[in-house]
Amino acid sequence: MPKYGMVIDLNKCNQCEACVTACKLENNVQIVSKENAEMDRAMFWMKMLTTNYSGNYPDIRSESLPMSCMQCDEPSCIKVCPVRATYKRDDGIVAQIYPQCIGCRYCMANCPYTTKVFNWFKDEQPVENEKTYNPDVSVRPKGVVEKCTFCIHRLQKANEQAKAEHRKIREEDYVPACAEVCAAHAIYFGDLDDPNSQVSKVMRDYRKFTLQEELGTKPKVYYLSAMTE
Amino acid sequence: MDNHQYLDEDEVLFRPIYKTGKGFYALACALAAIVLFGLIMYIRQVMFGLGETGMNEPVSWGFYIISFVFFIGISHAGTLISAILRLSKAEWRRPITRMAEVITGIVLIIGGLHPIIDLGRPDRILHLVERGRLQSPLLWDFTSVSAYFTASSIYLYLPLIPDIALLRDRGGRFNKLYKILAWGYDGSEKQKHALERAINILMVMVIPIAVSVHTIISWIFSMTLQPGWHSTIFGPYFVVGAIFSGIAALVIVMIAFRKAYHLENYLKEIHFRYLGTLLMVMSLLWFYFTFAEYLTQFYGHEPPEMRVFNYKFIGSYAPWFWLMVVCNFIIPVIFLSNKKLKTIKGILITSIAVVIGMWLERLIVIVPSLANPRLPYPTGIYVPSLTEISLLAAATSAFILGFMGFSKLFPLISVWEIKEGRKESVKEVTERLNEYLPTSKHVKVIEEA
Repeated sequence: MPKYGMVIDLNKCNQCEACVTACKLENNVQIVSKENAEMDRAMFWMKMLTTNYSGNYPDIRSESLPMSCMQCDEPSCIKVCPVRATYKRDDGIVAQIYPQCIGCRYCMANCPYTTKVFNWFKDEQPVENEKTYNPDVSVRPKGVVEKCTFCIHRLQKANEQAKAEHRKIREEDYVPACAEVCAAHAIYFGDLDDPNSQVSKVMRDYRKFTLQEELGTKPKVYYLSAMTE
Repeated sequence: MDNHQYLDEDEVLFRPIYKTGKGFYALACALAAIVLFGLIMYIRQVMFGLGETGMNEPVSWGFYIISFVFFIGISHAGTLISAILRLSKAEWRRPITRMAEVITGIVLIIGGLHPIIDLGRPDRILHLVERGRLQSPLLWDFTSVSAYFTASSIYLYLPLIPDIALLRDRGGRFNKLYKILAWGYDGSEKQKHALERAINILMVMVIPIAVSVHTIISWIFSMTLQPGWHSTIFGPYFVVGAIFSGIAALVIVMIAFRKAYHLENYLKEIHFRYLGTLLMVMSLLWFYFTFAEYLTQFYGHEPPEMRVFNYKFIGSYAPWFWLMVVCNFIIPVIFLSNKKLKTIKGILITSIAVVIGMWLERLIVIVPSLANPRLPYPTGIYVPSLTEISLLAAATSAFILGFMGFSKLFPLISVWEIKEGRKESVKEVTERLNEYLPTSKHVKVIEEA
């Protein structure tokens, strides 16, 4: 069984936020109204975490890193879910079952990375936007929690394809939207258990770290720290 | 003949059941209007989504969870106090226990509804039963609150049976209801013995259940990794707070209904003074726990914990935090340690302050931790919306309304226990006292006399 993980090289990342946009479109993540966005209800599965500001106005330099669900190996969210609406699959992906979620938001309260988002209202996007929906991903109803799934629908597609062609799934068959779109090739994705996969190779870098390692949640999204002069 | 005389003696306890004043209807209508408004707001929320509240990210829990913890806390007034007083054979409990138990019953329904109000998908509530995960603290809660509700409603009902029998014998309206509820109780020795045994078993059972309920509610928070929540003393801290707010609510209810139904002869100043002493003890205990909790946080000085700590002590929530300290510690100490101020009025002021302070305490436990998550760094904001405020008002009104409704069906003071007290207690207490005291000449003199 593979164990999927992601490595983000912050040395290559130029904070263009293409991954954020690609994720939103790929997964039909609701675009909330301006008023709601101002109330901190904007929904992102992949977002930019600002870690530092340096310099004085107008020469400000902000440092931020792309951050999705950490797909923890010891997820604190699934521990508290009362109805098994979120669970860890055998391939390590922490998945959500939207029709099962009762919307108690306990998983949100217990996520130390605050990556889960809640559908505060019914999807209120303009009608024209419906034409751009990705048919592979369900549009979530109001009142349920959602989060990054490593584009699990792409894995399903790739698996079916491989099955139809009587072969094993290849590394390049399954890549999430954020990794695919990254112009700087900063996001690597693949099987962490396969020593020959690209992620395993880049992970050997001494710059490797994970967010809040001390909590013991064992995230499967790794970062390679940026080198500064 | 003998029985008739007793009925007359405690007639004032039955009077509210048969006579209803204009003020009662006016107040009931006003409260019902508030409840109705809350219901409309809730229906709106179900239709449009939880966005109608002020909750957001990262403050994903707000007024509803605060009210849930608060109301379940108030419910400890009842059962726990009445059970402990019964268990310790405190004779002054007799006019108090019924009201305490009624508070528990009503408040548990209201408090238990709050997590459901808080759900994004209340239509899927049965998932908890169909596919509940026992590993989730939320399910522990679901289990313990329902167990507590079952136990405490039986505990309310059993001591009510002899009074229902009295009402049945008097005839009048709702006689059919009383007939069913009285279960053919006629006050025979055998029945009385069985009833007392059942009450004794229940009162011992109810205490661990009550303690576990609030411990488990605190575990919802302390089982998480959130800074400020992940604390081992949360269990006892919440239980102490619950009993504290429970006593305060009980005192308020007692004083209000004493005035409304002219029960001055039953609820005397001494009852309030005793309860005031209990309140003082709980206030000091609460302060001890609060002090211990924050001092360890401060000395540990972990950055995520300190962000929450500063948010409470000097940040956005400082006014609420210090108001809580004033309400829960300074006012009780001033009013209850001073003999001149420890009057019924003083105890009432203290109790109102404590109820407000304990609500603030739940607010201060829940919101600042969520507003200062470990990641991302910017803090969140939380301002309750009209929906949440009106539902809090509706819950409070529903509590008063429920209590008023109960008072129109059953006596608020246990009539048979008062009678029993008058009839047997003096003798029983004398005997008991003689048991405690070392045998000496004085005792013998009393016995002979």
